[in-house]
Amino acid sequence: MLDADFFRRWMTIAAAVIDREADRLTELDSPIGDADHGSNMQRGFAVVRASLDKEPPDTPGAVLMLAGRQLISTVGGASGPLYGTLLRRAGKALGDAAEVSGADLARALRTGVDAVAALGGAAPGDKTMLDALVPAVDAFGEGDFTAARAAAEHGAEATIPLLARKGRASYLGERSIGHQDPGATSSALLFGALAEAAGAGE
Amino acid sequence: MLINVPETVVADALRGMAAAHPELTVDVENRVIVRRDAPVAGKVALVSGGGSGHEPLHGGFVGPGMLSAACPGEVFTSPVPDQMVRAAAAVDSGAGVLFVVKNYTGDVLNFDMAAELAEDEGIQVARVLVNDDVAVTDSLYTAGRRGTGATLFVEKIAGAAADEGQPLERVEALARQVNESARSFGVALSACTTPAKGSPTFDLPPGELELGVGIHGEPGRERRAMMTSGEIADFAVDAVMEDLDPSGPVLVLVNGMGATPLLELYGFNAEVQRVLTERGVPVARTLVGNYVTSLDMAGASVTVCQVDEELLRLWDAPVSTPGLRWGR
Repeated sequence: MLDADFFRRWMTIAAAVIDREADRLTELDSPIGDADHGSNMQRGFAVVRASLDKEPPDTPGAVLMLAGRQLISTVGGASGPLYGTLLRRAGKALGDAAEVSGADLARALRTGVDAVAALGGAAPGDKTMLDALVPAVDAFGEGDFTAARAAAEHGAEATIPLLARKGRASYLGERSIGHQDPGATSSALLFGALAEAAGAGE
Repeated sequence: MLINVPETVVADALRGMAAAHPELTVDVENRVIVRRDAPVAGKVALVSGGGSGHEPLHGGFVGPGMLSAACPGEVFTSPVPDQMVRAAAAVDSGAGVLFVVKNYTGDVLNFDMAAELAEDEGIQVARVLVNDDVAVTDSLYTAGRRGTGATLFVEKIAGAAADEGQPLERVEALARQVNESARSFGVALSACTTPAKGSPTFDLPPGELELGVGIHGEPGRERRAMMTSGEIADFAVDAVMEDLDPSGPVLVLVNGMGATPLLELYGFNAEVQRVLTERGVPVARTLVGNYVTSLDMAGASVTVCQVDEELLRLWDAPVSTPGLRWGR
C-alpha cells in the first residue's frame, strides 16, 4: 500500500529531477516553443516541495491536491493548469484514504490524464504531454512502476516525428516535425520520479 | 542583457514601473498593475495580462481610457489565475469585468480558471479572445490564430467604451467587433533572446528573414532571403488582405518587435501606406511604434482594423497610460 509519505517522496523526487533536467527541457522548448518550459516547471515544483515541507498533508489525495494547486498558482503558461489539473484530479480521485493500492493509483492517474485531455482538448498523437501520459497510464496496470516509466519515456521519444496540433508548436506546422515535445518529456520525468519513489529498478 | 539575474527580471521591471508611474498601483509581489483610482464607480473594468516581454503591452496600457488592471506573467508565460482574480477584485465596481485574452493555450486556460474563481466571488466576468494573426491557419490542427497587434485596438476601443459608462455586454460586443475586424501579420529579421535561455530562441542567419512570425520567439511559417522594406510591406499587407477585405476606413498599426529603430519603422510605414493606397483602402488613423514587442527581436508587424464611426470615435477618445496617451 502507498501512504502519504510515498506521495511526498514522489513530489520531492520530481522536484529534484525537474531541477536537474530544467536546461534540457528549455533546450527542447526552444525550436518549437518559447524556451521556458524548464524554468517554469522548476519554479512550480520548487514551490510544491516547499509547501509539502511546510505543512505535510497526511493523506495521498491531499498531497497530490496541494501539489496541483501550487502548480496552478505558480507555473502559468499551459503547463501550470495542465499539470496542476493532472495532480489535483488524481488527488481528488484518491479521496481521503490514508493508504491507497496500486489499483487505486492507476484509476486516479487515469482520471487525471482524462482531465488533462478534456482541458487541453488534445488527443494522443497531437505531440503533447498526452503522448507520454496515456501510454504510461496504460502500462501502469495495477502498479507496474517500471513499465509506466518505460512507456512514458518511449512515448516522449515517439513525439519526434509527429506534427504538432496543439499549443505553441502547432504554429510551426510541418516545421514542428523532428523535435521531441518538451511537455511529453517532462511528463516522462514525472513517471520516472514515480518509479524512483517506488524503488523500481532501472 | 541589461539585467541582474534572469529570475528577477519581471519583478525588477515592476519595481521600476512603480517608481516611474505613481498614477499606477504596482503590486510587485502579487504581480498586478492597477490604475490608482480603481474601482471607478459605475464603470466596467478591463483586465488583461499575458507573458512579459511584450512591453508596453499590457502593463503600459493601464490607465484612464484603456485597461483597469494588467497581470504580467513570467517572460512569454501566461500569468496565473490568482493574479487575474486579484486584479478583477481590485477593479470591479459592481459593473462587471471584461477579460481581454490573447489566444494562446496558456492564456486561455489560466483566464478561464480565473473567470470561474472570480464568478465564485460574485464578480460578473465577460471574456474576449483576440486572434488576429493571419500567419497561423485557424483549423482543428493548430491552437488557432494568435493574438498580436489587434490587442492594442481591442484594449483602447473597449477601454474607451467602458470609460463612457457603457454596460458590460456592450463593451464586450465592441471588443469582439474590433477583434473580428482586425488582422495582423509579422516578420522577424532576428530571433529574440529570453533571459532564461540567454541565447537566441531560433537560428536566423543574417541576410534571411522569417515571415509570419509570432511574438514569443517562435519562428514563423516561412524563411526567405532578405527582402526590401517595400517588398515586405507588399507581402504583409497582402497576407492581411487575403483574410480581411475592408469596405471602409481602417486603423493601421505598424508595430516594432523591439529592436527595429523607429527610422526603419517609419520607412516601413510609408511602404505599408503605399500598398494600402494601391489596394484602395482608406486609412483613417495610423500608429507607428513599439507596442506589442517580442523582447529584442528585430522586425515588425502590420495590423489593419476596419472601423465604423463609433469605433473611430472610441479610438480618438482620450487615453492616459504609460504607453499610449492623447486627448487629456
